[in-house]
Amino acid sequence: MSEQPLLIAEGLGKNYGARLGCRDVSLEVYPGEVLAVVGESGSGKSTLLGLLSTELVPTAGRVSYRLRDGRMADLSTLSAAERRLLMRTDWGLIRQNPADGLRMAVSAGGNVGERLMAVGWRHYGQIRDEALDWLAKVEIAGDRIDDDPRAFSGGMRQRLQIARNLVTRPRLVFMDEPTGGLDVSVQARLLDLIRGLVSEMGLAVIIVTHDLAVARLLSHRLVVMRQGRVIETGLTDQVLDDPREPYTQLLVSSVLAA
Amino acid sequence: MSAQPISSMPRSSMPDITYNFAYLDEQTKRMIRRAILKAIAVPGYQVPFAAREMPMPYGWGTGGVQVTAAVLGPQDVLKVIDQGADDTTNAVAIRGFFEKTARVATTTATAEATVIQTRHRIPETALNENQILVYQVPIPEPLRFLEPRETETRQLHALAEYGLMHVKLYEDIARHGHIATTYAYPVEVAGRYVMDPSPIPKFDNPKMDDCPALQLFGAGREKRIYAIPPHTRVRSLDFEDHPFKVQHFAKPCALCAATGVYLDEVILDDKGGRMFVCSDTDYCNTRQAQGHVGELGVPAEDAA
Repeated sequence: MSEQPLLIAEGLGKNYGARLGCRDVSLEVYPGEVLAVVGESGSGKSTLLGLLSTELVPTAGRVSYRLRDGRMADLSTLSAAERRLLMRTDWGLIRQNPADGLRMAVSAGGNVGERLMAVGWRHYGQIRDEALDWLAKVEIAGDRIDDDPRAFSGGMRQRLQIARNLVTRPRLVFMDEPTGGLDVSVQARLLDLIRGLVSEMGLAVIIVTHDLAVARLLSHRLVVMRQGRVIETGLTDQVLDDPREPYTQLLVSSVLAA
Repeated sequence: MSAQPISSMPRSSMPDITYNFAYLDEQTKRMIRRAILKAIAVPGYQVPFAAREMPMPYGWGTGGVQVTAAVLGPQDVLKVIDQGADDTTNAVAIRGFFEKTARVATTTATAEATVIQTRHRIPETALNENQILVYQVPIPEPLRFLEPRETETRQLHALAEYGLMHVKLYEDIARHGHIATTYAYPVEVAGRYVMDPSPIPKFDNPKMDDCPALQLFGAGREKRIYAIPPHTRVRSLDFEDHPFKVQHFAKPCALCAATGVYLDEVILDDKGGRMFVCSDTDYCNTRQAQGHVGELGVPAEDAA
């Protein structure tokens, strides 16, 4: 792990009118590091992810990101074109519901190839080879390449969404409850797959989850949120095995054999 | 009231209707001309304009008619074609409309026309720099069926993010083994905007490239005008290993023996009989008059 952070959030806050989304969140993510954001429903996890990935505009604070040329840029000062380029090359976004992150009427190959075509690939054979390669990596049979995701199971859709995001070899991936709504055995295989890809590609990941088991399996560090604030951070094992805050203790003790 | 021929009705009951030249009022024509000038300045960009209700239904060429009305002058010679033909309903109706409201001369000969309004075809005869080609456009947005949000497609155009257009072509190849889009084939204009060329067959796409005539596109229902200025680079999108190709026809036109033109299929009987003839009727008639005869054609002097 290099010493320079990839992404820095400082004093991040978001209000939805009078209601609080999250408040005064500061965190750093280093290259190759998996950071889990945990907390119960409504604790501001998804709001935080939206702020970090520039999908939401913060009411306070700022997010900076180290671009490929080593420059640290405040994301709010980037032009829309630069932000979108970042989104489809250097970043990935895995949504909880694959239907939101995939083009459901487009074949699996087209879904994987879209980012490649967006960055200027214009050779059908090469796009197809790369798509096949990625489908194999996420354990989808090559003969399903021309099927559209409506014909896929939930777990397959989620794996396809991962392939679609990783095809441009991003450096930072945001995941919003990637195992939500999947049954336990499928969850386990998906987590295995994500863990393999993360270590193989040296990805930095910010993963939002309410499932402490997912956090323990995948993440190096943990951020615990409650009522829009970060109440505890630390190494995953440390926080889960020896929680300091009463709320974290409650959270950990309420999980069966986490 | 009994069925009485209109001409014999008492004059008093039928007030004389005088239209402004080319039907639209002058302010409206100015507004449309401003949109046209902007469209010419930014080739391929869809310029919004305040399309008026026209005395014909949407889908019948209300956009094209408004553009034609705005560029038409008293000295112009108008030709109107529909699917390449001068004698189909849409063409006859619009030609009649401008004969009545603008009293301009009309023709069916491509070479004689100064303004040509078209639906679904570009004439086979090469156009020249004194001509304006006006297209009727049903759906101006090439990304419409890939990205339904209009706000998003505008962003994509603004940032020249056209990867999505290639996703469509990719899907074509994946499903059919080749690019199966045969009409409304997307083009890139002047190296910048991706544009829907209206539902012309892709056979006609190469004619738009470096064309000496001004090409204007009017979409009445969607209220958009766009343009290709003369001698502009128009490139059909494709893949390196699946290059853009136009349709090919096995046999020449059955009436005039022309090759290298776009042909329509005509069913002759209920036993599978069919022939392929030029879709451009003016081109076909001219060739027949010159003595060219196809395999099912009748020599010009015999027909007379």
